[in-house]
Amino acid sequence: MSNLSYIKNLTKLGPEEIQVIVQKIHDLAKDGEYVIMEFCGTHTREISRYGIRSILPKNLELKSGPGCPVCVTADEDIDYLIGIAEKYDLGVITFGDLVNVPGSNGSLNHLRAKGKEVKVVYSPLESIRIALQNPQKNYVMVGIGFETTVPSLAYTIKKIVELGVENLFYLSLHKLTPPAMKALLDAGEIKLDGIIGPGHVSTIVGIKRWQEYLKNYKIPFVIMGFEPEDVLYGIYFLMKKIKNGEYGVFSTYTRSVSSEGNVFAQNLVDEVFDVSDSVWRGLGVIPKSGLELKPKYSHLDARKKFALDEPVKVRKTACRCGEVLRGVLKPYECPLFAKVCTPTNPKGPCMVSSEGTCAAYYLYENS
Amino acid sequence: MQDIILMAHGSGGDAMRNLIEKDFIKYLSNPILNELLDSGVFELSERLALTTDSYVISPIFFKNGDIGRLSVFGTLNDLCVVGAKPLFLSLSFIIEEGFPVADLRRILASISQACNESGVKVITGDTKVVEKNKADKIFINTAGIGVIEKHRDWRNRKIEPNDLIIVTGGIGEHGLYIMLERLGVQTDDEVKSDLSNLTDLILGALDRFDQIKFVRDATRGGVATLLNEICSKYGVEIEVYEQDLPMKEWVRNASEVLGIDPIYSACEGRAVLVVGKSQAEKVLEYLRSHPLGKDATVIGKVKSTNVAKVYLLTRIGTRRVLESLKGDILPRIC
Ligand code: SF4
Repeated sequence: MSNLSYIKNLTKLGPEEIQVIVQKIHDLAKDGEYVIMEFCGTHTREISRYGIRSILPKNLELKSGPGCPVCVTADEDIDYLIGIAEKYDLGVITFGDLVNVPGSNGSLNHLRAKGKEVKVVYSPLESIRIALQNPQKNYVMVGIGFETTVPSLAYTIKKIVELGVENLFYLSLHKLTPPAMKALLDAGEIKLDGIIGPGHVSTIVGIKRWQEYLKNYKIPFVIMGFEPEDVLYGIYFLMKKIKNGEYGVFSTYTRSVSSEGNVFAQNLVDEVFDVSDSVWRGLGVIPKSGLELKPKYSHLDARKKFALDEPVKVRKTACRCGEVLRGVLKPYECPLFAKVCTPTNPKGPCMVSSEGTCAAYYLYENS
Repeated sequence: MQDIILMAHGSGGDAMRNLIEKDFIKYLSNPILNELLDSGVFELSERLALTTDSYVISPIFFKNGDIGRLSVFGTLNDLCVVGAKPLFLSLSFIIEEGFPVADLRRILASISQACNESGVKVITGDTKVVEKNKADKIFINTAGIGVIEKHRDWRNRKIEPNDLIIVTGGIGEHGLYIMLERLGVQTDDEVKSDLSNLTDLILGALDRFDQIKFVRDATRGGVATLLNEICSKYGVEIEVYEQDLPMKEWVRNASEVLGIDPIYSACEGRAVLVVGKSQAEKVLEYLRSHPLGKDATVIGKVKSTNVAKVYLLTRIGTRRVLESLKGDILPRIC
């Protein structure tokens, strides 16, 4: 990320125009029941934060999807990470939210409380500084995030090699979003009339990538920005497509999303990663939905370097994030929601992450 | 070789005395401190306020300040918002072994400048050095003492429905700017912390108006958390208007990119005031005439004494609860 200028032209609609759009959505949804899913956790949060559900028609339901990188990280991956950190005395370097996600034997926070080194960084390049400052210790950088975060991590990996850092390894937990969207549609567990496509991810992957994945589905998919005005206008646009029986990939986030996406970022990622299968919380193994380091970088791969004595056995908990992520359960339908499970004492990742559906409902829709 | 802080600098021996005599006294000299007694000794016989705060920040040097300036102004702000005129500070360092002495001097010079600008004195202090990796570079604790003249003491004024909520300037700047720094984003000159000493602005307001019923500076947790503190302390319902929240354009843009809500982002030079309706306009006029209050705005009002909650009226016309900050504030990775 080097400058902020690309979003300088925010399309700001006035209150009267908002009123008009909301009225139009009501008119379009007048007869029938409609279900729309927002894939992305940032949309989930903004929809809750702006109370958008409260001004939409009752018969238009917004369901939240699996678009929260921390939430979809599988228990076995967290357990593996904590396992190798303990066994090999590794320092763990990660982005924020992950440290609070409870695994079978506590979270990374617990690991830190037990005296292990767990560092939260804002920029992945900080991991290099940390590793260089403590050459006697081995570190593992946790690569988490969708297509949006991967480019900066790919850059970091190239730097690790360039600088010859020998004590920093990489655990790729990255996930790719189009395959997951497709898997969700294929599962057919929920009936959807339309989809709100993720804004940031699409900025990177472009409209084309979605078209490849969704070409066999008769459902409209509209990529939107994250401001409440973007979302309301986008929902209106999506409802029109639904009513007209049009399907395909559309974008109302024209200030950021192009057909090709960010080719520079895509190339950077392709240089460093190969596509692999990946386990998603709630969705299981999704083919070609993850990233692993290319053979050229495999000497940095934590999975190849650090093995546990026995495979992790995930302990089942009462948390129902899996169902929440698939859109089959609303947060408040989980018996733990807001009673036992709160952002200060989260029982599952959907309550931990700022992009998690349970957190969004708790913080903004729990009045 | 570059001079660095060693364990010996905190051991109480000669290395420490050298550090104190050469550097601390050089930068912070004043008659009370120079006595080098175990306590700074002074006389006062009025209503006093005492506060303390610890400062931990990364990066320690930033565009328009550093951990030293922050540790002075932060404590001065805590004093002035209760109506106290700051007089004396204590200053304690916890330094990680290996910290460059040049950086320590830079911090001391900055503390000295901040004190001179504000007319306060450091009259006692302490230094501890901890082993490498047992602290992140340098931590500073300051305590401050100030006197409260009776007319500035707002504590017994009663908050009532229709009182207005005023914020003295743009919100969220310090927190978002520091986040951008940590991410290594190149930023324009206008993108910086709002770090400032609010003493003159706030004491000036308290001198002029007797209907200022509450003042607090918005720091960690941002304006939203502060408003929630008012609600639970006084049992009042507050309504805030999103559209009226003063916010610089870069704050808006950065918050969209990072996914961080400026209303939860830290300030270091903004205060929130609860003001009786009859004086609100005049208070606003005064604040805006001051360089540190030129963007002062009414952002909401006290609605009732029925529920202790903050509600936000959003710009798209919806109304929802505005919670205090839960957990950490982190950039999105989605
Ligand atoms: S409320 Fe908590 S326990 Fe229930 S699904 Fe959400 S995160 Fe899991």
